[in-house]
Amino acid sequence: MEILVCARRVPDTSENEIELNAAGNDIERDDLVYSINEPDNYAVEEALQIVERAGGNVTVATVGGEDDEEILRREMAMGAKNGVLISDDAFSGSDGKGIATILKAFVEKNHFDLILTGVQAEDAGAQVGGMLAAMLDYPFASLVNAIEVLDGGKLKISREIEGGNKEMNEIDLPCVLSIQTGINEPRYVGMRGIRQVASVPIPTLGAADLGVEGAVGGAAAKVKRVDYFAPPLGKGAEMLGGSREEIIDKLIEMLKAKGGLK
Amino acid sequence: MIETFGSPSQATYWFIQGRILFLVLHFLGVACFAYIVAKRMIPLMRAERDFRFDHPWTRLGRVLQFWLGQWRHPRYRTAGTIHILIFAGFIVLVMRAFFVLSLGTSSSSAMPGLPGRAGHIYGIIQAYAATVVFLCMIVAAVRRLVFKPARYAVPSRYGKAHTADAIFLLGLIAILMAADSLFEASRAAAQAQQGREVEFLAVLSLPWIFKAALTAAPLPVLSTLYLGAYLIHDLAFFFLLCYRPFGIQFHVETSLFSIYFAKLNRGTIKPVRWGVPDAQLDQVKSFGVKTFEDFTWKHMLDFYSCADCGRCSDNCPANAVGRPLSPRFITTKARDYCFTHYPVLGSANNGTPLIGGIYSEDEIWSCTTCGACEAECPLLVEYIDKIVDLRRGMVDDGKVPQSLQKPLKALESRGNPYGKMEKKRAEWVKAKEFQQTCSVKVLNGKQDTDTLYFVDSITSYDDRIQAIGRATAKILSSTGENFGILGASEKDSGHDVRRFGEETLFMALRDQNVEAIKASGVKRIVTADPHAFNALKHDYRDVPPVEHISQVIAREVKAGKIKLNPVENENDVYAYHDPCYLGRHNQVYDDPRDVLDAIPGLKRVEMTRSRDRSFCCGGGGLALFYEPKEDQRMGVKRVQMAVEAGANVIVTACPFCMVNMEDAIKVAGMEGKMTAIDLAELVERQMVREEPPERRLQAELPAPLGRL
Repeated sequence: MEILVCARRVPDTSENEIELNAAGNDIERDDLVYSINEPDNYAVEEALQIVERAGGNVTVATVGGEDDEEILRREMAMGAKNGVLISDDAFSGSDGKGIATILKAFVEKNHFDLILTGVQAEDAGAQVGGMLAAMLDYPFASLVNAIEVLDGGKLKISREIEGGNKEMNEIDLPCVLSIQTGINEPRYVGMRGIRQVASVPIPTLGAADLGVEGAVGGAAAKVKRVDYFAPPLGKGAEMLGGSREEIIDKLIEMLKAKGGLK
Repeated sequence: MIETFGSPSQATYWFIQGRILFLVLHFLGVACFAYIVAKRMIPLMRAERDFRFDHPWTRLGRVLQFWLGQWRHPRYRTAGTIHILIFAGFIVLVMRAFFVLSLGTSSSSAMPGLPGRAGHIYGIIQAYAATVVFLCMIVAAVRRLVFKPARYAVPSRYGKAHTADAIFLLGLIAILMAADSLFEASRAAAQAQQGREVEFLAVLSLPWIFKAALTAAPLPVLSTLYLGAYLIHDLAFFFLLCYRPFGIQFHVETSLFSIYFAKLNRGTIKPVRWGVPDAQLDQVKSFGVKTFEDFTWKHMLDFYSCADCGRCSDNCPANAVGRPLSPRFITTKARDYCFTHYPVLGSANNGTPLIGGIYSEDEIWSCTTCGACEAECPLLVEYIDKIVDLRRGMVDDGKVPQSLQKPLKALESRGNPYGKMEKKRAEWVKAKEFQQTCSVKVLNGKQDTDTLYFVDSITSYDDRIQAIGRATAKILSSTGENFGILGASEKDSGHDVRRFGEETLFMALRDQNVEAIKASGVKRIVTADPHAFNALKHDYRDVPPVEHISQVIAREVKAGKIKLNPVENENDVYAYHDPCYLGRHNQVYDDPRDVLDAIPGLKRVEMTRSRDRSFCCGGGGLALFYEPKEDQRMGVKRVQMAVEAGANVIVTACPFCMVNMEDAIKVAGMEGKMTAIDLAELVERQMVREEPPERRLQAELPAPLGRL
């Protein structure tokens, strides 16, 4: 099975203190450390596990700049065979639909049986997977938390629905799936693994290679970011006082009142 | 058989001349043993390299201490005493065995032996030695069958009990001793009946008792006993010889080599590959131990030498709290694997992965590298290097628990496991009250500073632990020390990164630190973190000498530069908890205790498990992030030990111990009844200030902040 995973490099939320810049239209980007969008990492791991069971290859592609090559290296160190950097000045300012258009062009120039994305980008809005499927006219399932390969070009997938319940579906290949975190336990990649793939070439594709000139980028974007703000802090936590028994009683009462206990 | 009491070599056994029979038996026995040992050498030949041929005199000294001197055996008094007696008996009986065996194949009918008086004296000593060994077999069997010490039990997940094997072995040795004694006694009894000169038998020795029992036995019976006992002795001897390489009894042969080649430099971790410099590690295809053959030959020798005594697991904190790790079975499972995959008959079938085969991932991550097992093993079997090598293999294969991946990633990008910003590493010195009384400079290489205070990540970033950093800085400045910190250019020491198997990341952190330390131009390093202390001392090269703050304090107290006020509450009882990387790995036991004893009015008790038997608090560095499967926290067990000792204050000298102890006190519901304090915090609290702190504070308050 030939699998494409669409990945993205984002500021690592666990290792940064995210602050707004002075102009208030973006976050302060000095001193940030970046890593692969976490759900995308689960998608790569899932793709690798499918390939271990059913054969095939994993390709990881990202739309971004030169710096984004580092996440491709990391995912290749995990075991992805190919990494593709889709990069062009003409892409900057693209909205979700623009990214989906770029990826659609890339998919059409290749052959993939299965396309995975993370459930959402930590710095964006879970748009690309669904749009990409629609543009390719592929079936789509979101929030996938288990995949089983069936015979006859089908997958059995499980989708997470509210309350931790699972919905089981069969889906025809080729398809696009957005992968929920927790679907697997991604393998560890350290500096050594990355160094070992350091000399593997990573092709860069531009707008001309994909034939998407004019259709993407800031000018074609129909969604534009106008502001960035941190919501004002809400009321602080309520501290319960009294003896241990009183605190427990109050807590049970509050949980009951809010529907936490039945 | 004719009635002969000369040499069994002259007798006839079932129409075969004794000499021929024994020549054949001895040849078969020795050939068999040589073949089996050669087979046992095969995995060692295929193993990884290990450099153990240096320092021959030191190694010889250790053989004298730990092998001949049985140094660690008395730590377990009963079993240790029994072992020392058996060992001494065997040493004495080696010569006797040669004499007796050569009798069967010699053409002379006289028993060979030492000449004259020496022979008589040796005769008496060896008779008692055989008797003592025989009695020890009985005592050991009774212990195994009746008293059943808990450490010999085999939990069901590790397989069947080893009791039957142990009894079989004890029985074999007992038969060997009894046969030899009977052989000697029957001849002496016959000599007495025949009115010939009777050999002197040591009073109350086994031969003496047998002779007394046989006084009235008819000569033909004595003759049969004499020749029969000799044959049984011969068979038992060679059976035992060839049976030894199949189990724990192999340590009789291998222990000498295990101890000679034992690790000399405690606190260190073996390189990824012996003989491969760091710069060439990128070319090494696979890291760590993945298959059996990835172990070094010395580590395989350890598997052969383990006597299954259970002392390691008895002291292992992971085992004590129900984690899926018991060091004893790390060894015995590997030995079983080796015996199955390198069979004596047939060819080797090797190469299957160990993780998922004989070991589980959780088992290998459960170790805190506290070193209690290694401190106890009478045969100096090594565990930490094996655990680290197995972890290196897992890290190389990407098998790292999710709970550790985040901190490792953060260490890679930010140089600390919390993912905090580098520029905030020195924020702890800016606490308002602290800054007013003690200013700590961040070194830039231009100041002429003698001493570097290496803070490390937890003390730099953890709100609670920063207090230890501030106490350390105050102590250093009160003794007039010209010191500074590295600030943002300090990275995590990487101590536990290395011990969790991430060698490449460790090397990156180490190299950055070494560079920063060198650039600072300091002449010595002080740290309050035993993990950083151990890393700087053993894992780093070409850095200035390093001391732990407890060593500095002890010296300054002795020199009178630090004076300590009496304790405020005289009812408090203090117990000192030895941090593993200060105590066991670096033998700093007395300095912290001397400091405590220098505080007037301080009552101090010792926990049963102290010094080199200290019980790990739960582990430091990445161990704080690991989520083990366990019944209980190590720290909770440790707090209970402090309660048992009658203490209500636990003093430690390690930031990780502090985190674990304070958590454990909360988990155990002991808040208010037990407190934990770091040695540096305690000393800072008790320190006699040159001027009253109030006056000094008032004097400095109006000063502009810049002047401080």
